[in-house]
Amino acid sequence: MASELIVNGRPHRLPDDPRVSLLDYLRHDLGLTGTKKGCDHGQCGACTVIVNGLRINSCLSLAVMHDGDQITTIEGLGTPEAPSPLQRAFLAHDGFQCGYCTPGQICSATAMLDEIANGWPSDASASLEGRFEPTGEEIRERMSGNLCRCGAYANIVAAIADVATESDA
Amino acid sequence: MRAFDYRRAHSPEDAARLTQAPEAMLIAGGTNLLDLMKLQVETPELLADIGRIGFAEIIDTDDGGLSIGALATNTAVAIHPRVRRDYPVLARAILAGATQQLRNRATTGGNLCQRTRCFYFTDIDQPCNKREPGSGCGAIGGVNKLHAVLGASDHCIATYPGDMAVAMAALDARVIIGAADGQQRSVPVRDFHRLPGDTPWRDNVLDPGEVILAVELPAPLEGMQIYRKVRERSSYAFALVSIAAVIAVENGAITRAELAFGGLAHKPWHDPRISELLVGSAPSAELFDRAADLLLESAEGQGDNDFKIPLARRALHAVLAQVMEQAA
Repeated sequence: MASELIVNGRPHRLPDDPRVSLLDYLRHDLGLTGTKKGCDHGQCGACTVIVNGLRINSCLSLAVMHDGDQITTIEGLGTPEAPSPLQRAFLAHDGFQCGYCTPGQICSATAMLDEIANGWPSDASASLEGRFEPTGEEIRERMSGNLCRCGAYANIVAAIADVATESDA
Repeated sequence: MRAFDYRRAHSPEDAARLTQAPEAMLIAGGTNLLDLMKLQVETPELLADIGRIGFAEIIDTDDGGLSIGALATNTAVAIHPRVRRDYPVLARAILAGATQQLRNRATTGGNLCQRTRCFYFTDIDQPCNKREPGSGCGAIGGVNKLHAVLGASDHCIATYPGDMAVAMAALDARVIIGAADGQQRSVPVRDFHRLPGDTPWRDNVLDPGEVILAVELPAPLEGMQIYRKVRERSSYAFALVSIAAVIAVENGAITRAELAFGGLAHKPWHDPRISELLVGSAPSAELFDRAADLLLESAEGQGDNDFKIPLARRALHAVLAQVMEQAA
């Protein structure tokens, strides 16, 4: 059995205590504090990271369950010098106020754009088949696992829509 | 979170063996269990991780149905081409539940076994016969907006919270259950969850040392498939009332009406009398009213949830009206 997981391309040893959530492991053991602890119960989405290409709540997962998994956190998506397209769009559209939910929003939106590109339907989709357009309604439904208590939703949706239509072209 | 030992199970039999001990629990996606462990509602001494034992495939069965492995995620099921094409009520029900982050982890078996969201169950300072047998029910006479109006008991008025199983009940799917000695049995989804009675701590018919292996859907049924969910906000909320429906109309008469209801009881609610009433009759508002009468014949509100009784009637009318519109 592998006893390590890969975070942003680098291998790390699994914790000895099985109680450590993936979220606490990233923040406390690895010092990757970009991933945020909001509710710690899977309700707010601030802890969203991408595991093997899928977005998940890192608070509702034990680190030891992820041996061999590939984890991408906000630190792995871009840097201040070379931000990802979504990071740039959140800045351009002012998609935040306090910024606490932002890493989770951006990790979530990064995976969400892949889901749309891969033809995954959502509860907001009129049909279960075909191509799904990144409309405001679709983005809101698909991002409903990420709360923003400052209420910057209008700008968050605008930032995501901007990148969605960009990558569409 | 209380301390526990963590082990990976290597097969369903291995998992079944490990859970014969009362202090052991299985973990797959963990989205419900870890939440409850943080609240100390669940305090297992051993967690057996079944995440890597396989059983995640979704495959065609010989009779034209579909077998969904217990570890297939909610996402994998909802995006599966055959589920979307042949069982859209199931894809819709799954997509109407939780969030993409949760659906990416949540598994088919785990979703069937998810616990109630009753406030008294999840707060260890409150009485709850489901969590602590004999401690009483805080929800009776308490805050009970989300609670059951059908099939409740003096011991428990909790609801089964999920959406997926409601669609599976309408489709008359079966749960395939395995034991440590390799024996298997199969139970209709309609009979998998229990009513609370005087043993509300038992949510379903799984015995210690049994694991869910798969859910089998029968060959696709002719007709329209609808999942209608009424909730307090438009996304990421549990159902107040939900209806999964597979309904066919031919030459002005209903030829099939398989309906299951969420949010009303301790289990996905299925009443065979509704199908008997509807099949063979021409659809009309009066007929739909009689169907609602049957559904709600024994309904009893608890105060805060009284609204669910008229709401279920209206939701049923809306689903049947949608069928008539599409059939026209």
